[in-house]
Amino acid sequence: MKTKYTCSGDRAITVEFGDKISETVSRRVSAMKREVERRRIYGVEEVVQTYRSLLIYYDPIRGYRELEKELIEIERTLETEERTPERTVEIPVLYGGEFGPDIEAVSRHCGLPVDEVVKRHAEGRYLVHMIGFTPGFPYLGGLDESISAPRRDTPRLKVMKGSVGIAGVQTGIYPIESPGGWNIIGRTPLKLYSPEREVPVLLEPGDYVSFKSIDRDEYKRLENMVERGEL
Amino acid sequence: MSDLEIISPGLFTTVQDSGRYGYQSYGIPVSGAMDMYAYKMANYILGNSESDAVLEATISGPRILFRSPMEIALTGGDMSPSLNGDMIEMWRSVEVKPGDVLSFGELKSGARTYIAFFGGLDIPLTMGSRSTYARGEIGGYLGRQLREGDKLKVFRKTGIDGGSLSKRLNPLYIPEYREEKQVRVVLGPQKEYFSDLGIETFLCSEYRCTAQIDRMGYRLTGPKVESISGTDIVSDGIAFGAIQITNGGEPIIMMSDRQTVGGYAKIACVVWDDLSKIAQSKSGDRIRFKSVAIEEVQSARL
Repeated sequence: MKTKYTCSGDRAITVEFGDKISETVSRRVSAMKREVERRRIYGVEEVVQTYRSLLIYYDPIRGYRELEKELIEIERTLETEERTPERTVEIPVLYGGEFGPDIEAVSRHCGLPVDEVVKRHAEGRYLVHMIGFTPGFPYLGGLDESISAPRRDTPRLKVMKGSVGIAGVQTGIYPIESPGGWNIIGRTPLKLYSPEREVPVLLEPGDYVSFKSIDRDEYKRLENMVERGEL
Repeated sequence: MSDLEIISPGLFTTVQDSGRYGYQSYGIPVSGAMDMYAYKMANYILGNSESDAVLEATISGPRILFRSPMEIALTGGDMSPSLNGDMIEMWRSVEVKPGDVLSFGELKSGARTYIAFFGGLDIPLTMGSRSTYARGEIGGYLGRQLREGDKLKVFRKTGIDGGSLSKRLNPLYIPEYREEKQVRVVLGPQKEYFSDLGIETFLCSEYRCTAQIDRMGYRLTGPKVESISGTDIVSDGIAFGAIQITNGGEPIIMMSDRQTVGGYAKIACVVWDDLSKIAQSKSGDRIRFKSVAIEEVQSARL
């Protein structure tokens, strides 16, 4: 698909690289974001990365056409740019039990034993396509389709902080307590969002995530470390 | 020692400034004043910096007891403000003394009033901004709307005697807030999701603000906007003023506390200078959209 440049009002431009969830599109979005930020383009105020596009806020003194032209020029150079090394963040998860109340439902839906759901979820390597919905919520792509399950019919009013969920072919982690309709299969003791830190979120678009199945003791140990600020 | 004390908070009063930019890729909304024009003018009248923090009151205003002498300025919607029971003028600086009480009465126009204080509110910065994002419990006063008994401080400016500013905004620059408004929009970024009939309906009909209006967004009701095959999209970014169309065909205008990404197609986006008209709308107000070309808006400003 050809990249599309369109107006999002008179102070933002949308640069759309595709209309589907795909790693190829995501990589191009990341590459373009890096390049736009590296060049410190005159008038550009903020670049927001999503699954398939960038939303670029700018000072209208730049003028839409002029900025569009400059961005098109930058996009032409992308292919030759070196890729920065990707970061993989390991997320420890206590699967099932009270922390993963929907794991049985996922297991029934997929016709696989609970152990197998855990194994397949923890074996995956996931790309952070975007962060959104709530501060630090990562939309992860790359879920093994054999363990995909539709959203719950009735969303929960309260999903606990750290909950790991599945919805369709997406998986994600709830950084703060919030309502949510994803199937909750486990919980991580890690903090995905800490407003007091300079970088307030643990994960950023373009990162990779892997999950590690941990037991209750390990969960407690890590949780204590997080509380003491050691992790 | 505090400079002001909230005797009663009004319906929804929060600390706001020009917004929290630079964190949307982390899922953190921009927030900031809903009516940027009125907000900036409140600071301008006092000679404050453009990004100083103020109070934003919604529909019904707070009662505030002053403990220090200072200059304040009120802009935005008219909620019949008074000082110690005497009506005071908006859009100009007003001197207050310790023991004075600012209160508000009937809502005469608009929906949001801005209260600026000489020096700006002394509130810690969270990610570069003092704006309250109440849903995410960050910024402002303890991350929440004000409550009875809250005590706030203002920054002291040195070298200036804040007692004799007496500035009044030229009436030419004071907007009128009407219950019917025409709002300019730039079509896109997903206008191709809508049929020609859908776009015509959107641009030629009158929409009404429902009761579901807040700092996150304004849900409107009116003739359904026809899409070609639904309005679900793979989520992308949402600008201030973006107009999403739900699968039911009704518009939602996304405002200051909007989520950073969303999954409904956006037919258009409100022109920045007209966002004040939305911010000053209340339930039942009527809105018509007028499409303008991007060049037209931007050249008019230069």
